[in-house]
Amino acid sequence: MPDPAGDALLDVRALDARYGDFQALFDVSISVGRREVVAIIGANGAGKSTLLKCVAGLMPARRDAIVFDGAPIGDLPAHRIVARGIALVPEGRRLFPSLSVEENLLIGGQLGRPGFWTLARIYELFPALAVRARLPSTALSGGEQQMAALGRALMANPTLLLCDEISLGLAPIVIRDIYARLPAIVAQGTSLVIVEQDIAQALAAAARVYCLQEGRVAFAGAARDATREAVAAAYFGT
Amino acid sequence: MEWTNTIVQGVLTGGLYAMFAAGLSLIFGVMRLVNIAHGDFIVLAAYLALVVTETLGLDPLVSLVIVIPLMAAIGYALQRGLLNRTLGDDLLPPLLVTFGLSVIIQNGLLELFTADSRRLQAGALEVASFEVARGVSIGVLPLLQFVAAVAVIGALQALFYRTAFGRAFRATSDDPAVARLVGLDNAHVFGLAMALSLAVVALAGVLLAVRANFDPAIGPARLIFGFEAVIIGGLGNLWGTLAGGIVLGVAQAIGAKLDPGWQLLAGHLAFLLVLAVKPEGLFPRIRA
Repeated sequence: MPDPAGDALLDVRALDARYGDFQALFDVSISVGRREVVAIIGANGAGKSTLLKCVAGLMPARRDAIVFDGAPIGDLPAHRIVARGIALVPEGRRLFPSLSVEENLLIGGQLGRPGFWTLARIYELFPALAVRARLPSTALSGGEQQMAALGRALMANPTLLLCDEISLGLAPIVIRDIYARLPAIVAQGTSLVIVEQDIAQALAAAARVYCLQEGRVAFAGAARDATREAVAAAYFGT
Repeated sequence: MEWTNTIVQGVLTGGLYAMFAAGLSLIFGVMRLVNIAHGDFIVLAAYLALVVTETLGLDPLVSLVIVIPLMAAIGYALQRGLLNRTLGDDLLPPLLVTFGLSVIIQNGLLELFTADSRRLQAGALEVASFEVARGVSIGVLPLLQFVAAVAVIGALQALFYRTAFGRAFRATSDDPAVARLVGLDNAHVFGLAMALSLAVVALAGVLLAVRANFDPAIGPARLIFGFEAVIIGGLGNLWGTLAGGIVLGVAQAIGAKLDPGWQLLAGHLAFLLVLAVKPEGLFPRIRA
């Protein structure tokens, strides 16, 4: 269950979020420890992406609803949050189409946060990208695009990496390949939040799991306790 | 030989139009903002240079050292203070606000400087020329203008495709939300783009003002020339913009040669012809 208070890297406390009149998140509280991998699962529209957007600063939140590394960051804009060490791999990859593969990676590191990840190390992690460095990002396959999007986020040397649906639209073998690189990322001291619809993949990679249902936390616990029955109950309600 | 001369003069004028167009195309490319006041900023730069040359006794070209940074600062402040608030999914608010700016600048200049035609005095440079062939002579000033235009386009091209600065512009243009995720402050990036645009405008305005008379009302026509050069060349292609400016300049020169009253008409006809035959422009940007 959640880390002892004060020790968590990220603490989301009673977060509400809305799009106009539509409320997407109700009183959501989650925490992520240092070097921990946390999965967030849930059906379409459960609020998973909204939660990541709030943490990354793309959606406004109450100042003290999001505490990172001991500091409230809920009201900071996205460009200030990445400077503090939270990087988001957005759903659908969203590489910059008019930038080459290498430029996409370089712009990820444009803040110059010091850390392990450099262009050379990204190419070591994803050798496929090194070969295609000069190509426009639109020339990559789906899996390579996902690697580039991960690489772009890593170039910011984040202490917390948020991954939104990194398996979306990819072949199973490519998904396995990408998930196989995640431990190397955690090994550098980065915590991961993995938002997935592919539950099996997410549970295998994570230590703890939260299940969102209609904007509320319906299940929270260790990944190994998330039995098929527990997940089904949290997904669909009982 | 007479026709050669006409075409050469047209090409040289085209450089100036390309400079008008470059600033316009730059901000449209980065933030989808159509700056209706663009022409009036050209005129504003000319008046700023007039004040600088008259109060400090500087040569107009030397005054650029003051006018370019000043216009860039105005651009940054304007973008951060006003225009950023108008940006969104709707193209109309920035259009209306810059239209309002255009009216304000024109009337402000009218109030301060009257409607009298003015000109920057560049001394002997204004009439200096050399003969490249029998009957074809090139004015030093028009040539300087053209060289400046090529240099500006080349510099912008290098800035856009070879520097971190340009990378930030392209990324923000592609996807402003994801640009924020990599730490780019959109408001600041847009401010820098407008500063750069008005720096180019400053150069174009001063070069225009040493060659031709200006008064507070000539801005909108410069805006049209800039627009036409952008569209003829193809949106989003800087070298195409230079070509567009040249096509416009040559068409105007040929029109003027046939009948002095046809100068503007010929330019507009060339523009309409391109729009009818190749609406994406002569050199559209190829996107994968």
